[in-house]
Amino acid sequence: MIDPKSKAAGNLDGDRIDLQLIADRVAPNSKVLDIGCGDGALLELLARQRGIDGRGLELSQSGVNKCVARGLSVVQGNADTDLSYYPDNGFDTVILSQTLQATQRPHDVLREMARIGKRLIVSIPNFGHWRVRLDLLLNGRMPVTGALTASWYETANIHLCTLKDFTTLCDVLDLQVESCITLSNGKARRLKGRPTRRANLLADQGVFVLRRN
Amino acid sequence: MSAIKVDGDEGQTVRLERAALQLDCGATLDHVELAYRTYGTLNKDKSNAILICHALTGDQHPAGINPLTDKEGWWTQVVGPGSIIDTDKYFVICSNVLGGCGGSTGPQSDKPDGSGPYGLDFPVITIADMVRAQNLLIDHLGIETLFCVLGGSMGGMQVLQWAAAHGERVFSAVPIATSARHSSQNIAFHEVGRQAILADADFEGGRYFDSGNRPRKGLAVARMAAHITYLSEAALQRKFGRNLQDRDEVTYGFDADFQIESYLRHQGMSFVERFDANSYLYITRAMDYFDIAAENGGNLAAAFKDSETRFCVMSFTSDWLFPTSESITLVRALNAAGANVSFVEIESDKGHDAFLLDEPEMHATLSGFLASAAAARGLAS
Repeated sequence: MIDPKSKAAGNLDGDRIDLQLIADRVAPNSKVLDIGCGDGALLELLARQRGIDGRGLELSQSGVNKCVARGLSVVQGNADTDLSYYPDNGFDTVILSQTLQATQRPHDVLREMARIGKRLIVSIPNFGHWRVRLDLLLNGRMPVTGALTASWYETANIHLCTLKDFTTLCDVLDLQVESCITLSNGKARRLKGRPTRRANLLADQGVFVLRRN
Repeated sequence: MSAIKVDGDEGQTVRLERAALQLDCGATLDHVELAYRTYGTLNKDKSNAILICHALTGDQHPAGINPLTDKEGWWTQVVGPGSIIDTDKYFVICSNVLGGCGGSTGPQSDKPDGSGPYGLDFPVITIADMVRAQNLLIDHLGIETLFCVLGGSMGGMQVLQWAAAHGERVFSAVPIATSARHSSQNIAFHEVGRQAILADADFEGGRYFDSGNRPRKGLAVARMAAHITYLSEAALQRKFGRNLQDRDEVTYGFDADFQIESYLRHQGMSFVERFDANSYLYITRAMDYFDIAAENGGNLAAAFKDSETRFCVMSFTSDWLFPTSESITLVRALNAAGANVSFVEIESDKGHDAFLLDEPEMHATLSGFLASAAAARGLAS
């Protein structure tokens, strides 16, 4: 048995502190779909800590194989094309962690998530972070940061946005922002509603809990 | 249905007797026998039974020694004591399919009226009929729910049929390198094989047993054509290339100049020693007729509605007989049905036959899946 607090459990890895924050927001024994589940770290964490009935969708075959070998129910597939095959209200919670920015049509992905799940948890990197803004302002080049490490021509993150951009899209899609946690330098801050202007400047990541209105 | 009797020991090839079976074609088989083999021990709760379904030319001997050929079973890579399908832990059952030539009722069986073997008088059977017969076997063994049903290729079709028709008896299902319906291209290859058999003068309208001849050439050609579909272009190239067979230059004739020709001829000739031509016709036909969606108004997801079975679907990148796209269609339908499904595509250049070979990633996936299913089933590790 792996200690749930250990790194081996996929817990509290420096770069993925959002995983524990997401896990804390999932109801025990609920049915959960994790889109872009990677090697299954979050699903395993949720199974262990929350006893959920979890399913995963992952683009990379190596990720899927690792998940299934770990005993997780994960299929190879693409968030842009495969969500339409899932039934309405099939899940209590649908999670998209650090994946939205890599999809072709983020608004369609969110719309599908809202159809499939009663509750959505979405974590995104914040492109409105002051260091990103400063980098572009002073250097006149696309920022490469700790969270966004690839150059513009090779990054998988093709649809980056700020926390404010994201909540604006939620309004368009008629999704209610139930709560939001911002992260800066690994420190989490709970916000009741939407992120403030200050949070949009200081946070490097945001974790949103959404509901259909 | 009258009582079924076992007249063999555990680990031996034994027979079921006297079970009537209503077939899809409308006919009834009054006296069905299934040759099967078991490995390991059924636990007290009868919760550790695994049914392995064999492919087109397989048999009931996945592990151990096949008593007919004295060779190792066809899936010793996966099944055995301490192996992935651990016969020290699980009670493993494998039966020769209905229509087969490994001891189960088929075209070589004697007709009930005493007029000799059926030959082409044997009714055309389907994958569903094969599974109906297996279902009786599981009844006979006193097992209510199978912990897992698994198999590759035609074995995978049986797995899907089990999950669709008798889902309440299937705790987990592993369909490998298979499809929920046989494709047009695959029907085409089967038709070539069947026509080769039917064109052989020694076929004698399927009554070759009367003369003691056998349609060896036709069956060998059928096997040669089919064998190509089990491999991949890359694997053939790697193994044989354009290498010549026991000669330094081509002979400007139709002898087996190339190694690949010699290999295929060998495959064909050795196959006729172990397989019956009529069975080949019947079993390929059963595969051709397989289409689970068609039985559910064209809706594949409907076949698995409310399924509580845990599925693990696997395909191989170089399998062009049952390509990954077939598995994806299946997985999407299972997702639409809200089923619990895992799907892995294994990187391999060995073609369709990869599922029978040493594929570490497939073995790791199967291990992980079985371990988690066993935990969910409350089977101690």
